[in-house]
Amino acid sequence: MDLKTIPISAWIGIISTTCFVLAAIFAPLIAPYGMAEVVGGVWEPMSATHWLGTDNLGRDLFSRMIYGAQTTLTIAALATLVSFTTGSLLGMTAAVVGGWTDQILSRFVDLLMSIPTLIFALVVLSVLPPGLLTLILVMGVLDATRVFRLSRAVAVDVNVMDFVEAAKLRGEGRWWIITREILPNALSTLVAELGLRFIFMVLFLSALSFLGLGIQPPQADWGGMVKENKDGIVFGIGAALIPAAAIALLAISVNLIADWILNRTTDLKGGRGGQ
Amino acid sequence: MNPALKLIAQRLALGALLLLAVSALIFAGTQILPGDVAQSILGQSATPESLANLREELGLNEPALTRYFDWLGGILVGDLGTALTSGADISEAVGKRLSATLFLASVAAVISIPLAILLGLVAVRYKDRWPDKLISASTLASISLPEFFIGYLLIVFFAVNLGWFPSLARINDGMSFFAKLEAVFLPALTLTLVVLAHMMRMTRAAILNVMQSAYIETAELKGLGSFKIIARHAFPNAIAPIINVVMLNMAYLVVGVVVVEVIFNYPGMGQYLVDHVSKRDVPVVQACGLIFAAIYIGLNLVADVVSILTNPRLRHPK
Repeated sequence: MDLKTIPISAWIGIISTTCFVLAAIFAPLIAPYGMAEVVGGVWEPMSATHWLGTDNLGRDLFSRMIYGAQTTLTIAALATLVSFTTGSLLGMTAAVVGGWTDQILSRFVDLLMSIPTLIFALVVLSVLPPGLLTLILVMGVLDATRVFRLSRAVAVDVNVMDFVEAAKLRGEGRWWIITREILPNALSTLVAELGLRFIFMVLFLSALSFLGLGIQPPQADWGGMVKENKDGIVFGIGAALIPAAAIALLAISVNLIADWILNRTTDLKGGRGGQ
Repeated sequence: MNPALKLIAQRLALGALLLLAVSALIFAGTQILPGDVAQSILGQSATPESLANLREELGLNEPALTRYFDWLGGILVGDLGTALTSGADISEAVGKRLSATLFLASVAAVISIPLAILLGLVAVRYKDRWPDKLISASTLASISLPEFFIGYLLIVFFAVNLGWFPSLARINDGMSFFAKLEAVFLPALTLTLVVLAHMMRMTRAAILNVMQSAYIETAELKGLGSFKIIARHAFPNAIAPIINVVMLNMAYLVVGVVVVEVIFNYPGMGQYLVDHVSKRDVPVVQACGLIFAAIYIGLNLVADVVSILTNPRLRHPK
């Protein structure tokens, strides 16, 4: 691939996403203080010792931002993984098997999608035992509905191609057809969607944490940090805006990359899937 | 029978059926999943006797199907049950909060819909020039910004720095309409910014679609000005898709309200739902979940019905 063909907007996205990912991976090495370590007064302003100031309990905000990147990105990535594996496998199975399997799966997905995701997540979270696993599974399964629809639609298209017909005629099983014929041909569309789903997960997780129903303190995550510091806003203390801005920046960066991939793949396919 | 009426009747029946299925799903989601209501109310240290008593009191020993139909029957006559934590009547509490939420959502709708359509028209008029590009860029920003970022920015700017509007949206019955309007201005503005970009982008797409028709070319050839073509020829034909987009965004707005109410401490349904999720008060959560889902489905249904009504081929059958 020629690096010069990557547009400037995609470069901005790639560079800033890389920074976030590096911060998340090497969090304990980069962060100057511990995640829950109280190092100063409440809501101290930005200074040389505390680059972003301190938070509502006197913890170093910069360190918490870095640990927060780790939590937020990891949970969002795991939930995206759950959503993609269940969604795309079920979607492609529905398309290949067809008939009743397709009907039942598709109607159930329709039903799940007729309830707003956030509302249904709140309903389910009110009874499930709290914890990271619950959070990842709830977010992943609810979002899998969207991946299901997309991958089913793509798989229905690919399923009628001659090479799939040929594979069926030479007696390949369904699993072989899904993983060896359909998946590779649906991959470019799915990869572009992957970025958008990941962003949705980051926003979803942050909203849940902001509502106090996501990741529990003292674990640092960006949505939860907005909640912790929001009372300072009315006194003119902007500590809550920093994690909120980080979420926005990450979302915009990943969107810039996803846009670029989407444009590339539609070019390859002669404009299919464009406007 | 008129095919349009028949279609509408069909959609309404389907909507009712969907709502029934959704109520079953919400009930199942809170009852069949692991987790014990009695245990979560009393905590880990509860004795087996007190757990058994509470289960009896809450009717948890009945089979799930019986409890579902009891619950559903109650809802049909307007009885949403009682809250576990406070023992208060849910219907009463919901009534007040629902009207507060609908007030906030309609103020946001009144600001955002005309603005989105107007900006969409402007984007079409100046297609591929800077107003259009600006609108495209703002769409990207708006799907990326979390509601609380927009909300707190507005608070910092308008409430803390300028002091024009209150940072907490408190309303009560004694307030005049204009006082209420002032109180909900910032939350309504937040909601507007959340849905605006998507709405105007879709308006733009809908009108551009119509602009490729032959009759638009005719209008151009007979020498009409571009704004006149858009307003007189393109816009009326783009109304159906636009209304569809508006309704979908209104449905989104009803969900966005949950986070926005928490930001501004607004006494609406969203705040009520979130409070009771953390208290694990299942009857309240079920009731709120069902109401939110019903509004969401209802708005989608309206979008469906309007697009049938605005389709002349269905209205005037041969």
